[in-house]
Amino acid sequence: MTSDTVIEIAGIPILLRSHDSVFEPAVRKYYADFITPVASVAPVELTVEVDASGFPDPETVGAGGAVPVVDVAWTGDRWRLERFDFRGEWSPGTGRGQVCLAQPQALQSIDSVLRILHSILAVPPGGCLVHAASAVRNGSAFLFPGVSGAGKSTLSGLIPSDATLLTDEISYVRQAEGGYRAFGTPFAGNLGAPGKNVSAPLKAVYLLNKGPRNKIDPLSRKEAATALLRNVLFFAKDPELIRTVFETVCRLVASVPVYRLTFLPTPEVWEIIA
Amino acid sequence: MSIYIARSPAVAARSLDGEMIIMSTKDSKLFTLNEVATEIWQAADGRTPLAQIVQEKVCAKFETEPETAYADAEDMCRRLAEHGILTISSQPIESAR
Repeated sequence: MTSDTVIEIAGIPILLRSHDSVFEPAVRKYYADFITPVASVAPVELTVEVDASGFPDPETVGAGGAVPVVDVAWTGDRWRLERFDFRGEWSPGTGRGQVCLAQPQALQSIDSVLRILHSILAVPPGGCLVHAASAVRNGSAFLFPGVSGAGKSTLSGLIPSDATLLTDEISYVRQAEGGYRAFGTPFAGNLGAPGKNVSAPLKAVYLLNKGPRNKIDPLSRKEAATALLRNVLFFAKDPELIRTVFETVCRLVASVPVYRLTFLPTPEVWEIIA
Repeated sequence: MSIYIARSPAVAARSLDGEMIIMSTKDSKLFTLNEVATEIWQAADGRTPLAQIVQEKVCAKFETEPETAYADAEDMCRRLAEHGILTISSQPIESAR
């Protein structure tokens, strides 16, 4: 039996069509806050198959500390994506595509496929995905970019009760009326839980830096753009996409203040975020 | 021998606070230029010899010895060329026009 599930992130719905009886309920459970009713026409439709044949033994992947390679390439009329645990393609022209997963219950596989697709879909309307935690407080959103180990999940774990966590790992920023807006995503880091499906105008960006005391230092636009670009998700090797993301980030740092947040991993750090 | 330099079309570049940030659209590598390098980059039209650029854009604006300035500029250009974001030639670069 075929089942359709629509996962809508940052206002962009992706319909997943599957025949697999294990995959669909697992997806519905994990992405519950991001499931929306099936629309008559979704801009992105992916047929999901589960078939382990042709994939490497998962036990051998990553042996010796090697990082699995993600290959995302434009073939002239469609995007082709491949990793050790999935392969697929999607055509912007038709909106249709298919992906084959090695394991039905491996949510990280479909999660990575969604991250890749959104890193492409976010760009034309002036958005991007950023390695960053983000949160909403008092009606405004705050972005906390940082590489692994910078403290995204640590800061997220200390979030006060009057704030809402959008994500502890991958933030979604889109151009909006008069500025930029940050959206919740299900893309989780060390906390292992999806963010809340809410959004708010982006008020400030704080680059994370663990240190001996809590303090905030403003960054120049050059420093801000450079740091932010280093944290943007760039899966696709496509010149036009890269150029558009570059311009988006340059515009963002011209309209949103960017600071360096040096912090001790204690709840008091949230007292200086406003 | 004169050398000519031209900005690669395979980059995204923007001047922020008077200094360039440049991203290669081939591999997403990011480069930041200081004030002097920014002057040279912005004058890299493929037609003006590097020596003239250094004279007019560097020596005239910054306190530096001409020989040192030229040597530093040539070294910087060769390093940027290695990353494919600048083209160097012994002839004017027609494609930059």
